Amino acid sequence: MESRKDDTHRMVTVTINGEMRQGLAEPRKLLAYFIRETLGLTGTHVGCDTTSCGACTVLLDNEPVKSCTVLAVQADHHQIDTVEGLETDNVLHPLQQAFWDNHGLQCGFCTPGMLMTSVALLQKNPHPSESEIRHAISGNLCRCTGYVNIVKAITDASHKMQQEPAEV
Amino acid sequence: MFPNAFEYYAPETLDEVYGLLEQYGDEAKILAGGQSLLPMMKLRLAAPSVLIDIGHLANLSSTTETAEGLTVGALMRHKAIETGHWQRYPLLGETAPWIADPLVRNRGTIGGALAHADPAADWGAALLALNASVEIESRIGTRRMTLEEFFIDLYTTALEPQEILTRVVIPAPKTGETFARYLKLERKVGDFAVVGVAIAVDLTSDGTIANAGIGMAAMSGVPLAAHQTTSILVGQHLTPALIKEASESACLEGDPQSDRRGSAEYKHSMARIFVERGLTQILQQWRSTQSA
Ligand SMILES: Cc1cc2nc3c(=O)[nH]c(=O)nc-3n(C[C@H](O)[C@H](O)[C@H](O)COP(=O)(O)OP(=O)(O)OC[C@H]3O[C@@H](n4cnc5c(N)ncnc54)[C@H](O)[C@@H]3O)c2cc1C
Ligand code: FES
Ligand code: FES
Repeated sequence: MESRKDDTHRMVTVTINGEMRQGLAEPRKLLAYFIRETLGLTGTHVGCDTTSCGACTVLLDNEPVKSCTVLAVQADHHQIDTVEGLETDNVLHPLQQAFWDNHGLQCGFCTPGMLMTSVALLQKNPHPSESEIRHAISGNLCRCTGYVNIVKAITDASHKMQQEPAEV
Repeated sequence: MFPNAFEYYAPETLDEVYGLLEQYGDEAKILAGGQSLLPMMKLRLAAPSVLIDIGHLANLSSTTETAEGLTVGALMRHKAIETGHWQRYPLLGETAPWIADPLVRNRGTIGGALAHADPAADWGAALLALNASVEIESRIGTRRMTLEEFFIDLYTTALEPQEILTRVVIPAPKTGETFARYLKLERKVGDFAVVGVAIAVDLTSDGTIANAGIGMAAMSGVPLAAHQTTSILVGQHLTPALIKEASESACLEGDPQSDRRGSAEYKHSMARIFVERGLTQILQQWRSTQSA
C-alpha cells in the first residue's frame, strides 16, 4: 500500500467490484498496477505489458479494456470490475464454472482477462455464435488451450445462464 | 513497465485545453484513448513532461449529421463507430472492425488515430476515400483542412503544438447510392495492415459512377488517396474492364516500403488485387440491388 501523499501523487477513487476504494497514485501509474499493488487485487494479470495480450483485461464502465494501457488517474471516479468480483458467496460465476467444466484453461494466466472479456460479451449478447465469440476474444491471447475449449466454455455458459438467469 | 514521470491535467473545457497547450507547447502531449501514446511512453519512445487528458471534453465524443455531411467528434471511439449506424457512410462501419482488437477499439479514438498519423492506420485510408477534412482549434481560432493537407509525413501532421484536432468532417454523398468496402491484409488479428484498401463509390440508378474515393494504408509514407484511379472511374459505368484498369492504376500510385510485414512487390500486388476485389464486390452488390 502506498502512503505517500505529495505533489506527485493523486487520490484516485474507484468503484471496484461494487465497492468504493481509494488509493494514491502517481499519474504515470497504470491501472493494472494500481489494481494489483495499491488495491491488492492480484487476480488481474500483467502478461506482455505492451498492449498485446489482454491478460490485464478489466471492465472499465462495463467495457473490457487493457488495464496496462490506461492510467489509474483516467479511471478516477469510474467503475471497474475484475475477476475477483465474479464469484458470489463462494459460488463460481457460470462463466468460471464453465471454464472449469470445459477445460477452458491450462496454466490459467490468460483466464482472468478471458473471463472479463466473456462477461462483457454475454452482457451485450447473451447468445453469441461461435464466430461472435471468436471475434470478441480476439484481443485476448492464450498460449495453452488453442482456444477451442475456451469457445466451448463460453458457449456452455451462455446456455446455462439462459436457463437460470444469473446476476451478471 | 511505466512511463517517465509527467504532470497530468484533465481539463473540462476546450478553453482550458488551449491555455495548457499555450503554456506548455511541445513539452505537452494530448492524451485521447492512449492506445498509441501510452505504449510509446512505456517504451520511452515518447516522454512528454505534461499530459493533457482530453477525455472529459464530452462534446468531442458525438456525431452530428446534416444534409451536407457527417461531423465526427475527435473522441469518438473506434468501438462506437463500429456499432453505430451509418447509412450514408457505409465505409465507416466496414472499416472500424478491422482496427486493432476489440479491447483497443474500446479505448482508441478516431482523432487519436489521425493525429498519430501511422501510414498503415485504417482510418487514414478510409477517411481519405471519403474525402474528409479535419477541424483544428487553438486559442487563435479554428482552421479546416483536407486530410491530404493534414498528413505531412510519417507520424507527422499539420498540427502545431498549441493546436488540438476537434472534429472530422465527411461530406455527404451527392448523387446515387454509396457502396463501400474495406479490405485489409493483416498477419494476425489486431496487427497493422500489410496493405489496406478503402473504397467508396456512389452509383446512380443506371450504374454510372457519380463519385469515387480510394484510400490506401501502408502503401506510402502517409495514408494515400489514389486520385488518378478515381479519375479513371468517375463518370464511367462500373464494368469488369474498368475494374481491371482501375486496379492496375491504383497499385502504381503507391510507393510502399519493404519491411517485416512484406516486400514492396507483395504490397503492390495486394493493392491491385484488393482494388479489383473490392470494386467487383461492389458491382455484384449493385447488381443484386437492381434485380431485387
Ligand atoms: C495492439 C494494438 C494494435 C493496433 N492496431 C491498429 C490497427 O490495426 N489499425 C489502426 O489503425 N490502428 C491500430 N492501433 C492504434 C489505435 O487505433 C489507436 O487507438 C490510435 O492510433 C490512437 O488513438 P488514441 O485515441 O488511442 O490516441 P492516443 O494514443 O491518446 O494519442 C495518439 C497521438 O495523437 C495525439 N492526439 C490524440 N488525440 C488528439 C487530438 N484530438 N488532437 C491532437 N492530437 C491528438 C496524441 O498526443 C498522441 O501523439 C493499434 C494499437 C494497439 C495498441
Ligand atoms: S498485459 Fe496488458 S495487454 Fe498484455
Ligand atoms: S491457459 Fe495458459 S495462457 Fe491461456
